[in-house]
Amino acid sequence: MKIPEQVQRLAIVVGVLLAVVLIGRFVLLPSRLVARELHQTATIEREVVKPVRYAGSTACADCHDDVVVKKAKGYHKGLACEGCHGPAVKHAEDPGAVKPAAPRDRKFCPVCHAYDPARPTGFPQINVTAHNPLKPCITCHNAHDPVPPRTPRDCAACHGQIERTKAVSSHALLACTTCHATPEQHKRSPRRATPSKPETREFCGGCHAADAPLKTGAIKDAPKVDLGTHGRSYPCWQCHYPHLPEGRS
Amino acid sequence: MNKRDFLKGAILFFPAGGLLAMARDASGKANGKAYEPASHFYGMGIEIDKCIGCSRCVEACKAENDVPAEPFYFRTWIERYQIRPSGESVVESINVKGRKRDEAADDRDFVRTFFVPKLCNQCAHPPCVQVCPVGATFQTKDGVVLVDKDRCLGCRYCIQACPYGARYLDPRTHTADKCTFCYHRVVKGLQPACVEVCPTGARIFGDLKSRASRLVRFARMNKVHVLKPALNTEPKVYYAQLDGEVR
Repeated sequence: MKIPEQVQRLAIVVGVLLAVVLIGRFVLLPSRLVARELHQTATIEREVVKPVRYAGSTACADCHDDVVVKKAKGYHKGLACEGCHGPAVKHAEDPGAVKPAAPRDRKFCPVCHAYDPARPTGFPQINVTAHNPLKPCITCHNAHDPVPPRTPRDCAACHGQIERTKAVSSHALLACTTCHATPEQHKRSPRRATPSKPETREFCGGCHAADAPLKTGAIKDAPKVDLGTHGRSYPCWQCHYPHLPEGRS
Repeated sequence: MNKRDFLKGAILFFPAGGLLAMARDASGKANGKAYEPASHFYGMGIEIDKCIGCSRCVEACKAENDVPAEPFYFRTWIERYQIRPSGESVVESINVKGRKRDEAADDRDFVRTFFVPKLCNQCAHPPCVQVCPVGATFQTKDGVVLVDKDRCLGCRYCIQACPYGARYLDPRTHTADKCTFCYHRVVKGLQPACVEVCPTGARIFGDLKSRASRLVRFARMNKVHVLKPALNTEPKVYYAQLDGEVR
């Protein structure tokens, strides 16, 4: 049986195409583009050899142990060195040749410490416009052991909301220290020494009990209740907010 | 093979296998502690109440991973949420420069406001991997989603598919790119750059397979939540104190 000529020609064309595909698949294509595992391994290897730029604070401690010891005692103890000084792996490899940046102007500290309402309550923040204008932060604060250069003027410096509430209440003329014994250390280290709070009904009774005397300097007498019958034995501040006694909770 | 040959071979076979295994162990110990991807599964914990929005993580990420400098390419970024009294929430990325920020915003204009750091969630069921037409993006054994930039066509399908907006197209290679959990640091036992520099410890990195890891402790000590749980992507970035408005 004779194969028709057109079939032979077609077979040649098909054969050439097949050869091109097979050569492309098995010779030209690199193997890592064929096998899934191989191309994934190649990608992982490429990721792994990328250069490290942040050395990590343990690397800094090897030479700068004095700063590390100082910083470990201050409020900045949780901060990585490279957070402020920038990536320093080159400096760690060749300390003489490459020096990391040390921000000394007024622009850097407000990155964290400028007032922003979205920042968590209690985080130390300043109004950059009003806070010692034009002075670089480091003239008053040591960034490795930051503390306020002098103690805050009085309670309102930190407890502004309470101060403003109290100012419109009938307790406006009472000093904070009337009810809160405040150790001097509280101004420097607020959480280490906390002020006292009244603990008993009798403390409020000092002014508000039926038989309490008029305090010297008071402009009018305090409202009196019979401690024995008033509000059973609940503590006073369960119903009366002492910083705004008129607003009952 | 007769019975005698078979028995001889069997006697030799088992000790030889043992010797080979010992040799393999010894070579593994010789080049330090060999990194074993299958014994890790990485995740991140983020404590919203600790984030002060200082963007140190964003800067460190850009420096460490050579992210394009233009202020709209990010592997990690920080969003500011402002919840208005009307219940409307205003969200903006604080790292995108040039956009007009609502400077008049006063404390009294919103009920609450906070920062939320965002990054690739390294999902256990990643939508980006499912949609890639050429299989260029995949999950490693240690749970990190990577992109093979040799294989990526730059079709942007994964960028569309990511429910967290974590991917971008690298303008230099025209391929998709994203957070790798700083894979090159993690395999060396270092922390990702963003975790390394976070001044308040708002970010925690750890191994979900190790009970002693900081992340597992974080998940024990906090009530944690993930973003868009309804999508069943099973993100491995866990948020503590996450507000219901965050999406």
